[in-house]
Amino acid sequence: MSGAEKIAVTVTDIVPLNDLVTRFEFKRTDGGLLPTFSGGAHTVVEMRDTSNGGDITRMNPYSLMSDPMDQSAYTISVRRDDEGRGGSLFMHNNVKVGDQMVVSNPVNLFSLDLLAKKHLFLAGGIGITPFLAQIKQLERFNGNWELHYACRNAALGSYVDELTDHYPNATHVYYDDNDQRIDLVNLLDGQPLGTHIYVCGPKGMIDWVRKTAAGEGWPRESIHYEEFLAPQSGKPFEVKLAVSNIVIQVGEQESLLEAIERAGVDAPYLCRGGACGQCETQVIDYTGNFIHRDHWLDDAEHASGDKIMPCVSRFEGKVLVLDR
Amino acid sequence: MSKFTFPESIRSRPVYGTLEPRAGAAHLLIADAHGAEAILDVATPDMMAKAHIIYIPKGEPFEDKLRALKPAQFYSGPTYAAAEQRIHKAFADAKMGLQLYLSGTEGVIGQAQHAAMQAGIPHTAIQTEHRGSTARRMQCVHCKGITEDVDVDPFQCAHCGLHLFVRDHYSRRLAAYQGVCIDAEDPGNVPPSKGIYE
Repeated sequence: MSGAEKIAVTVTDIVPLNDLVTRFEFKRTDGGLLPTFSGGAHTVVEMRDTSNGGDITRMNPYSLMSDPMDQSAYTISVRRDDEGRGGSLFMHNNVKVGDQMVVSNPVNLFSLDLLAKKHLFLAGGIGITPFLAQIKQLERFNGNWELHYACRNAALGSYVDELTDHYPNATHVYYDDNDQRIDLVNLLDGQPLGTHIYVCGPKGMIDWVRKTAAGEGWPRESIHYEEFLAPQSGKPFEVKLAVSNIVIQVGEQESLLEAIERAGVDAPYLCRGGACGQCETQVIDYTGNFIHRDHWLDDAEHASGDKIMPCVSRFEGKVLVLDR
Repeated sequence: MSKFTFPESIRSRPVYGTLEPRAGAAHLLIADAHGAEAILDVATPDMMAKAHIIYIPKGEPFEDKLRALKPAQFYSGPTYAAAEQRIHKAFADAKMGLQLYLSGTEGVIGQAQHAAMQAGIPHTAIQTEHRGSTARRMQCVHCKGITEDVDVDPFQCAHCGLHLFVRDHYSRRLAAYQGVCIDAEDPGNVPPSKGIYE
């Protein structure tokens, strides 16, 4: 079976934080302890949706925000995406306390570099969640960190109160609606040698931070970022899986990876968000256009037509044959 | 001839490049002997306006040329050990955006790289260029003593006197190659020494 090892859990708490974000707590259904993790790790939550007579399983990655050493429960915060394919809406509308669900063992693609002398966190909106776990991890050994958190306004600022209450000197909050912006060049100027930047938020914010820091002479190795992509819906298309020797249809609302899994083919994956590279698949033949959306392949690989990341990327055209 | 092409080796062996100017808030350049030539090649007036050069001449005649580049700060000292206090102070005062350039012999490049890593610079973000002597800084794996400027293989440990085989196995933590007893199985059977790259 592909992906990280799975854990049967029960939903033990659901807390709406504001108009968009709700927090979910999971405990092991068998009453045992959950694995510890490291700050920045995510879990892939399986959402089996049998509403309206259907049977769709979505698997979305969410950053773990609880204390990495707390083995009694995992918590995640889910931002409702009304335009998305329905994973976050399912969590918000269908999941109830007491429901049994399946989550994956934690996987970390956004870990702290513990050689850093200082950790500079830059969060945009729901991108705050991995930092909540990283802060708890660093607080255990007096780590040197500082958070700059941009969100729309006070009403939508998830965990702003908790952060400013516990860490008033390390937390800096910026509200878009009040025209408050992170003064990045000034912030980067004068940071002590050995500072590492971590940025999690919308793509524009990640690109801005990476570009600005590189321009100021920061080494690439000192800049860490995470952006999960949700698969986007698109036109249905047909794919031949050469190894399995079957032809499958990818529906409008499902990803290529989900369609492959629905056909019973065990395809590798880990993050399901275009970041980790596990699901990289060789293209044997194609006539049409790829819609590449991942962060894994580089521009030349995207242009080559040799590879696709089925977790987030799609295809439009007549023929697509994959080595799977 | 101050440039030397090292033969292909194991992955542990450091690989050196060619210094190139990079954008940065400040520039720290540390070199010994013929390493000065790499600084003369890479220096630009803009870089020098924000540059600190730390140079160990070892009898080579480049100091006046380096001073003529008009770096913001210049220091010249007789040995790496003599320069070490200044190097640590330079790192302690440095901010992110510092660009580090190391050139010269492997011993000085390695020790300055080690100091930089301790200060928090990822080793992959440090530019290095080898110039001049190909002699190595060797650690005896038996007594742990360091012998500087080893250019023959095998060589005799300056501390315990064992005859050591010069390996390409390198330690970034020690800034030294590993020297291993060559006659452990058959004491006294020591092949004649020759140049490391002969």
